[in-house]
Amino acid sequence: MNLHEYQAKELLKKYKVPVQEGIAVDTVMAAEEAYRQIKNDTGNNFAVVKAQIHAGGRGKGKIEGKEQRGVAVGKSLEDVSNIAKNILGGTLVTIQTGPAGKKVSKVLIAQDVYYPGPNPVKEFYLSILLDRAKGQNVIMYSTEGGMDIEEVAHNTPDKIFKEWVYPGGGLQGYQARKIAFNFGLSGEAFKNCVKFVTNLYSAYCGLDCSMLEINPLFKTADEKIIAVDCKMNLDENALMRHADLANLRDVNEEDPTEVEAGQYNLNFVKLDGNVGCMVNGAGLAMATMDMIKLAGGEPANFLDVGGTANAQTVEAGFKIIMKDPNVKAILINIFGGIVRCDRVASGVIEAYNKMGNINIPIIVRLQGTNAEEAKKLIDESGLKVQSAILLSEAAELVKKAVA
Amino acid sequence: MSVLVNKNSKVIVQGFTGTEGTFHATQMIEYGTNVVGGVTPGKGGSTHLDKPVFNTVADAVEKTGADVSIIFVPPAFAADAIMESADAGISLVVCITEGIPVQDMVKVKNYLQTKTTRLIGPNCPGVITADEAKVGIMPGFIFKPGKIGIVSKSGTLTYEAADQAVKAGLGISTAIGIGGDPIIGTTTKEAVELLMNDPETEGIIMIGEIGGGMEAEAARWIKENGTKPVVGFIAGQTAPPGRRMGHAGAIIGGADDTAAAKMKILAECGVSVVDSPADIGKTMAEALKK
Repeated sequence: MNLHEYQAKELLKKYKVPVQEGIAVDTVMAAEEAYRQIKNDTGNNFAVVKAQIHAGGRGKGKIEGKEQRGVAVGKSLEDVSNIAKNILGGTLVTIQTGPAGKKVSKVLIAQDVYYPGPNPVKEFYLSILLDRAKGQNVIMYSTEGGMDIEEVAHNTPDKIFKEWVYPGGGLQGYQARKIAFNFGLSGEAFKNCVKFVTNLYSAYCGLDCSMLEINPLFKTADEKIIAVDCKMNLDENALMRHADLANLRDVNEEDPTEVEAGQYNLNFVKLDGNVGCMVNGAGLAMATMDMIKLAGGEPANFLDVGGTANAQTVEAGFKIIMKDPNVKAILINIFGGIVRCDRVASGVIEAYNKMGNINIPIIVRLQGTNAEEAKKLIDESGLKVQSAILLSEAAELVKKAVA
Repeated sequence: MSVLVNKNSKVIVQGFTGTEGTFHATQMIEYGTNVVGGVTPGKGGSTHLDKPVFNTVADAVEKTGADVSIIFVPPAFAADAIMESADAGISLVVCITEGIPVQDMVKVKNYLQTKTTRLIGPNCPGVITADEAKVGIMPGFIFKPGKIGIVSKSGTLTYEAADQAVKAGLGISTAIGIGGDPIIGTTTKEAVELLMNDPETEGIIMIGEIGGGMEAEAARWIKENGTKPVVGFIAGQTAPPGRRMGHAGAIIGGADDTAAAKMKILAECGVSVVDSPADIGKTMAEALKK
């Protein structure tokens, strides 16, 4: 589950991780009020307006139809007010959102951290994630902060450092110090960085994050270490022990069809193709998508109906797939094991009759327990449903449907 | 021979008296698996499905001599159940549970390094040795005995592959569902190695998917050590990057864990790679003739 920057920063503060302070607002009036408060707290006329969406590249992205960037510095109350007016309600298009962009309903009014002071400021990169191959958490960091880290990794791999955390002992002091030394820090900034990294790792574990990225990790002119931006992903499997975090989900950031599918307990991912599919099991669902492509079509979705394919799930699946006007055919591919194929077939027939006007070809491939009986049920139903038993037969039917 | 489980395996069920545990234990017993009892904390001393129930795995091992355990407990308690089994000296733990928090598995993986226990899963359909023992949730009747071993991250694709191998007249020795989570007990390479060393297995079907580097690791091992034909399929050629496709581990993170990249490495290492899942059985039969 993805979180917004403002939500992630609030959580980090609970773990004593210093952040660029800010106030999230959803109206221009509230933005002005937030600016006054921040100016009052910091004594600085400057403040940053940051669009809150689940995608990166906000600083370079633009609001559709305007010259407004998704992150901008306001130099006065009027300035901040205008920027907020431009961003709120607009659609922000960044390199990560795709051309459709994302609607912005909240902005974070944040303190300007590039204030002058005795020492130069510095930007670093640091993230914590799972190293699947080692089965350990790894801290990845670089002196090249504020940039696209994949580009840094590609062009200058020697500037990326990694520190693996031994699961039995957790992050050790020497590891946090090594990171701060590699950043080239000393004195107060060094001490602050060691504390920052230690507390950030506690937050990563305590919140059951699957990814936590601070870019830039910032050294201020007065030697503070703070998180200026934060990208946080939570492990959905762990939400059962974090009831408070589950409430942070912003469904407006998700595809509405995917949200609806979730309500039926269907695992659905929207794609751009012309052949819908409904499958039991995630691996077979991906394989079915691949087969659609090989047959000359393009998969319109990923849909795993799970272990219990019955009339209700099939009907819900039909409804969700058919919301997409690009869908020209639907392939149902069920390998019946514990679930009997004849039951699934009855479910398909029931759902089909209930839906009434389905006017695109439906191909049903049922294999496994009672497959023959299932095929007979479909063939004798009088419905315009084509049946198959072998996967290769189903592929042929898809080929004909998209030809 | 066969690998991991056979008719002599003594199996206990953790989460024995729950709905899932009861249903699948019944199916396993019907298949002929030697289920010797189960564990449900607090219900020790009673009987369930005519088998003894124990409070702890250690009790179960002491009283029954169990050497295999299958876990059906809910995700919040599954990591604990795996470690309990390992601590009691169970040699093979099969964890069916889906949805275990990944940080729990980081701990489990580390814990198991101090033990001799092998873990299969989690989030897997289990292990079956045809006509001998089913320690899992797969439909047993599909797995007719024969000479093909299967290693797979996916449940229903395992059934699909087994069905095709049986229809091609080859049959199944042992099928190992290793699971679709980011951290699993037995890797693709380890499972392939077990089957490569099994005299009853003449060919191997290896089914992977997007995400992680396990298929590439297995392929490199096969290139160096392989003595039997291997047919490979990687699901998710059409999956978009950055999206989780059902399995917690099925997500494209970089250029190396796409289906195309994995298929290329597999082919370079001498694995017969199929583009379509419909061709698995046919290709295995052809590979065996060579």
